[in-house]
Amino acid sequence: MSRFNRFTLTGLVMLALLIIAPVVIAQTDWSGGLPLLTRIVIYALAVVSLDLIIGYGALVSFGHAMFFSLGGYVVAVLLHHTNMGDTIFGWEGTNSALLLWPLALLACALLGLVVGYLALKTRGVQFIMITLAFAQMVYFVLVSLQYYGGDDGLMMDMRNTMPSIQLDDPWAFYYLALTLLVVWVLFCRLIVNSRFGLVFQALRQSERRAVNLGVNPLPFRLTAFVISAVGTGLAGILWANYAEFVTPDMATWAKSGEFLAIVTLGGLGTLLGPIAGAAVFIGLEQILTIWTEHWMIVMGPMLVLIALFGQQGMLGRYLKGGRHD
Amino acid sequence: MILFIEQLLNGLQYGAFLFLLASGLTLVFGIMGVINLTHGTFYMIGAYCGALTVALTGSFFMGLLAAMAGAGLYGLLVESAVVRWLYNRDHLYQVLATLGLILFTNEAVTLIVGRAPIFMNIPDFLSGSVTLFPGLAYPLMRLALIVVGLAVALFLWLLVNHTRFGMLVRAGADDRQMVDALGVNMRWLYMSVFGLGAVLCGLAGVMAAPLLAVEIAMGERILITTFVVIVIGGVGSIRGALVGAMLVGMVDSLGRAYVPQILTALLPYSVADTLAAGLVSASIYVLMAFVLLVRPYGLFPARS
Amino acid sequence: MTEAGVSAADVSVLSLDQLHKAFGALKVTDDVTLEVRSGEIHALIGPNGAGKSTLIAQICGEMRSDAGRVSFKGRDVTDLSAFKRARLGLGRSFQTTQLCFEFSVLEHVILSLDCMEGGSFNLVANPRNDAALREEAMHWIGKVGLTGRESRQVANLAHGERRQLELAVSLARKPHVLVLDEPMAGMGAEESARMVDLLGELKGEYPMLLVEHDMDAVFTLADRISVLVYGRVIFTGTVDEVRRNPEVRSAYLGDEAC
Repeated sequence: MSRFNRFTLTGLVMLALLIIAPVVIAQTDWSGGLPLLTRIVIYALAVVSLDLIIGYGALVSFGHAMFFSLGGYVVAVLLHHTNMGDTIFGWEGTNSALLLWPLALLACALLGLVVGYLALKTRGVQFIMITLAFAQMVYFVLVSLQYYGGDDGLMMDMRNTMPSIQLDDPWAFYYLALTLLVVWVLFCRLIVNSRFGLVFQALRQSERRAVNLGVNPLPFRLTAFVISAVGTGLAGILWANYAEFVTPDMATWAKSGEFLAIVTLGGLGTLLGPIAGAAVFIGLEQILTIWTEHWMIVMGPMLVLIALFGQQGMLGRYLKGGRHD
Repeated sequence: MILFIEQLLNGLQYGAFLFLLASGLTLVFGIMGVINLTHGTFYMIGAYCGALTVALTGSFFMGLLAAMAGAGLYGLLVESAVVRWLYNRDHLYQVLATLGLILFTNEAVTLIVGRAPIFMNIPDFLSGSVTLFPGLAYPLMRLALIVVGLAVALFLWLLVNHTRFGMLVRAGADDRQMVDALGVNMRWLYMSVFGLGAVLCGLAGVMAAPLLAVEIAMGERILITTFVVIVIGGVGSIRGALVGAMLVGMVDSLGRAYVPQILTALLPYSVADTLAAGLVSASIYVLMAFVLLVRPYGLFPARS
Repeated sequence: MTEAGVSAADVSVLSLDQLHKAFGALKVTDDVTLEVRSGEIHALIGPNGAGKSTLIAQICGEMRSDAGRVSFKGRDVTDLSAFKRARLGLGRSFQTTQLCFEFSVLEHVILSLDCMEGGSFNLVANPRNDAALREEAMHWIGKVGLTGRESRQVANLAHGERRQLELAVSLARKPHVLVLDEPMAGMGAEESARMVDLLGELKGEYPMLLVEHDMDAVFTLADRISVLVYGRVIFTGTVDEVRRNPEVRSAYLGDEAC
């Protein structure tokens, strides 16, 4: 079976599961089901974006939590001012998602542009350390923002509003998040197979060859980095609306590490693998936290095992196989 | 003026402390090509071993020994159980595995010692302060940290440039296959370097313990600052680690002292206060950004 | 044949003028002056460690020169980066194969064609579905004798086939000069012979700078030969002149070439 078909098949199965799961869970008396699924979908959006640059570009960003937090904070802070009746540079503010979300995404794109430009001057270990360091800077800046709650974070009085969709309704919110995930995965898939994507992937496989074909690496890598930042920012926006709460914890190195772990667990360079990774990781987290508050004692060694033995991840072998003779 | 000199000394002290951590990390990367996040964990282990031993025996020297031994042994354990299998793997897997080890170790320490921070007294012979010149009395413990940092720098310089071990380390950083071909036991070399890095972390931990609270998350916070140091200095270079540590130490210490003053003089208080807090915490990262703009591979790039 | 080839077209396409490069005290490229004329195959030979790879890196822009100039098609490219030189039409192959191993042969040649202007930022169009691109890619795949292999993944190609693909990837860009770094390296006798035939067919169409250890191949293909020893060009001349030159023989060729 060709790779295209495997991708389509896996994607459809996943989509069917994610559509049906809340309905099935609603038949039981488990109230945590829909929130859990919502978290999985939001995380999936972030890690699919991360997979775009790690799996296809070998750009191991250890700082993607900075975009996750920035997306959330922009939305929460603007909402805060609007509700306080403040004006923001003479603008009375809004609660409309159609305005706030693009603004937040723009902020993520700008941060991605600056951090990416600096970090992409290097490769490998330096790239990892630099992305981590800038994320930590964002974390410290968020902590220092006493006006917006500092360490404690900032509550959102309500979710953003959207015409004809009730974001306050958990069902509507879940299916909106799922729709965004589907659109984003299709967009990433388009990019990967595009003329841009061909060059971007060539840079990972042999930078020397690509350069000697006339390719200037930086603009390609930077473009992908910014796209990835925007996707992760969108996840942050959804998270802020889901939790109705943003804290500097969204920007911690541990969050960035979690994203890395999920991508690897699911399968690098597959786009769909990380979604499965998110489901397993978040699900496991849920189970372990119920079992013991010291769940890291289990999760830690699991990460070690994933690193040591999980070469292809859960779906890597299947999704990357079946192509070429 | 007095304040300025005091801030310089603080910067020097913070720099010396960062160098203890950065030198080991940069050596491990330079020789083995491994990104090791557990470096901060060794520092935490050292601080705990030191503080607990001092509490038990009352002897600072016993604490010093325990910290270096504890961190060193844990380092060797981590190397032989996990890191050695990842030398030739992508950095992503090194990050994941060592991240997992951090989470595990933090939780294990919580289970054994508890969540409450531990405080360690400054040993008697290092308590009090010295009057460096009229009007400036500086705490002896902080001076001791500066001396230890400089001593370690000297020790590493001698070790790397004037011993057979150092020759192998330098050769190994340039060409791993070549050293291997010479019949040198790379396992032994790797373990020694990794262990040495961990011992230095232990030393840093016990020296810092009297000045800070010994707590679980102390390792990661300092780890990321250490990354900034070696990115600035040039990954793999000990000289770079020294210069980077001093730069970061100075910028951090002078920034904390002067940025709020300058901003309050220029801007209305409410704005200045928030802005200063943000700027101070971002200062070393801004420094890193500037270095990257000019010298992407740091001030002393180890490999051309 | 060699004499005729040189006199017919002596327009210089690629020329190196007093090029220098040193690593510390070691002079790797020492005052090298050399030109590749249109239509000729100019071979560069020399013992291991003569500085051939460094010189190629300087020509292609992967390494900065300490002094001297590199001109390409009459334009000074000394300060241009590698990708800009490539866009001007400087094609090359590598000593150790540099290919994208996860692509199929066809994808790789399409990539090469699609990068003529430095690559596209089109995030939507799939170049694999572009019939014109496919057709042109197939032409070059056929040219190097890889027809039937186009859907094979590069990682699964035999060594010789990878060398052929490298050539296809370079040719597809219609280069104005080809710098070939040991194209026969690691090949068996049969594969080598096929590559020599192939390069012979391309001769005249593309000026080439051929770095090669295989003396039979060099003497078969080259119009002129430069001999590089310890970073210096000790002699440049036709095949016969090189064969006869006593200095070259003692420095490099020894008895084997007599």
